[in-house]
Amino acid sequence: MENKDIRGSKTFLEVMMPYINYLGKRLLSLIPVLLIISVVIFILINLMPGDPVMAMLDPEKTAAMTIEERNQYVETMRAFLGYDRSYVERYFIWLRDTFLKGEFGYSIRFNKPVNQIIGAYIGRSFKVNIIGFIFAFLISIPIGITAAVKKNKFFDKAVTVLTIVGISLPSFFVALLLIMLFVIHLKILPFSGMSDPRGVVPDWKYLVLPVTVIVMTSLASLIRYIRAAMIDVLQADYVRTARAKGLNEKIVIYRHAFQNALIPVVTLIGMWIPGLFSGAIIVEQIFAFPGMGYLLNQAYNYKDRAVLQTALLFFGLLTLLGNIFIDVGYMVVDPRIREGKVK
Amino acid sequence: MSEAIKDVKGFSKEDEVILSPTQQIIIKFKSNRLAMFGFWLFSIIVAIVVVTHIYTTVTGYDFSYTDASLKNLPPSLKYPFGTDKYGRNTIVRVFEGGWISLQVGFLSTFMAVTIGLAMGAIAGYFGGKIDAVIMRIVEVIYSFPFLALAFIISAVFRDQPAEFRLFVIIAILGFIRWTGLARLVRGQIMSLREQEFILATKALGIKKRNQIMRHLIPNVLAMVVVTATLTFAGAILNESFLSFLGLSVTEPIPTWGALIAKASSNSTSLRTFWWIWVFPGAMLFMFIMSINLIGEGLREAIDPKADYTTKKQRKAKKAAKKAEKKAEKSAMKEVV
Repeated sequence: MENKDIRGSKTFLEVMMPYINYLGKRLLSLIPVLLIISVVIFILINLMPGDPVMAMLDPEKTAAMTIEERNQYVETMRAFLGYDRSYVERYFIWLRDTFLKGEFGYSIRFNKPVNQIIGAYIGRSFKVNIIGFIFAFLISIPIGITAAVKKNKFFDKAVTVLTIVGISLPSFFVALLLIMLFVIHLKILPFSGMSDPRGVVPDWKYLVLPVTVIVMTSLASLIRYIRAAMIDVLQADYVRTARAKGLNEKIVIYRHAFQNALIPVVTLIGMWIPGLFSGAIIVEQIFAFPGMGYLLNQAYNYKDRAVLQTALLFFGLLTLLGNIFIDVGYMVVDPRIREGKVK
Repeated sequence: MSEAIKDVKGFSKEDEVILSPTQQIIIKFKSNRLAMFGFWLFSIIVAIVVVTHIYTTVTGYDFSYTDASLKNLPPSLKYPFGTDKYGRNTIVRVFEGGWISLQVGFLSTFMAVTIGLAMGAIAGYFGGKIDAVIMRIVEVIYSFPFLALAFIISAVFRDQPAEFRLFVIIAILGFIRWTGLARLVRGQIMSLREQEFILATKALGIKKRNQIMRHLIPNVLAMVVVTATLTFAGAILNESFLSFLGLSVTEPIPTWGALIAKASSNSTSLRTFWWIWVFPGAMLFMFIMSINLIGEGLREAIDPKADYTTKKQRKAKKAAKKAEKKAEKSAMKEVV
């Protein structure tokens, strides 16, 4: 009630202003870091052995040509892809195209501009990861809280052991075991891909295994995190006060304790954002699920530089945004930090 | 009651010995059953891997030797882990595969800890501009997606020999992994710096270098060891990711990740030749788990607030319970 009065005197925009200011400041500070990352990516990409123009030549097309025609063709391709310029020039052109025009170059593997293909891949990765994320949270929160409340009891000890087992399981090993069980022995799920060309198997079945692997490999660390945060909070004085007031234990745990335990959990969500995609490289590779990780792997195999540098920049940007999310998230959930940073 | 009077925690006057922090940590670690299980598992795996590596080096074992007549044999007494599609003995390959993991784990962790500790200590101690610069560097490196970066670097060194690639992998892992530790050390040192004992070292005119090396770093060392254990596990896991994707050391030198990748390409080989991927997978899993168990045990051991019971106490407790039950039984008998 009292909280409402304080906020009620301000408009929504006035309340949000400090957040927007802070967010703006953080986004500005992102620019130099992003520039450094782009330089490193550019250098590494150009250190890669092999000539990208020669790699994309269609042997059928060039076979009939004379040497002069072929050289002519290579030169035009080189000019088309921009490889006839100096490194410095190319870097700035790349920078301009990427950040100002939103053009990410031309993929030699797909023979299409990267813009046209990358959206679908990001979307698919996003779908798998968001579903996995929601499931992982829904499962880990009650388990983490219960383990913290029953600290040192049998349930807690069992959870501790199981989570250590969980964080030690390599995702590809889990994936293979799941394939063994559900695809080969029970025969209820498809092996890989994202849809059935014959349209017999429903699309959601292709999501089941990748999502399960993502949930299984992230569950353990989530539970450990939530448990540790909860144990910390349960020892706090205000929890004792709440209990001393004679509040219902459920209200003490879920209203007073868990809300505060959420603060460190915000970090976890922030770290998740980049992991969302890069961690999926392995999983997508095993299940041949065409997401960002799969695209990166393909681009590596085909030395598709435009796709490679776009994907890398995308992963870097995601990590930076994750860090910003952590800071802003702290500000939203923790009034102490809010006061400190807003002023 | 011949024993001395015991307090709530079951300690008597005889238990009142003064222990150094290190001794306390060792006692706590030893009394943690899970941690000790991890420790023994770790020791056994390391011993097997090292012995296998020495054996293969001394005898000049040829990993590229193939024998078509021994193709895809299931596990038997002669070949406990079976053979692969080139007729190579899988057990030797699995045990030898750990050697790469061990090297990567130890060396990259050593690198990460050295850089992280130095950078964190410098940033934390000096603060100001130095701190700002180091923290920016940390932020930039931290924002690099590890796997994606390893991809490209591996592509750059694609044509180099296996040993060189191994060092590249170690360098990447070490270079990526120091940032977390640097942040942790910096935070600790910043709070330690304000304490009286550092004021005392300043008043005594001790050199800055010695203030850091002799007075600050020893205070964060316990935490560093715990983090290093987790870094170690992470490095091995990451190396297996890379070799699974074919970006680490390649054939004929075996690595756990690559051994697993071999069988996973299609469902037929996954099912029919299960021994090829199950054994390296299980080894990798057990190895990482043993390190995590040790790390967890160490974390609890360095926490001065954590409760623990030693083996002796557990035995005494069990015996006491037994005696109680016996007494109860005999009492019941008497009543009857």
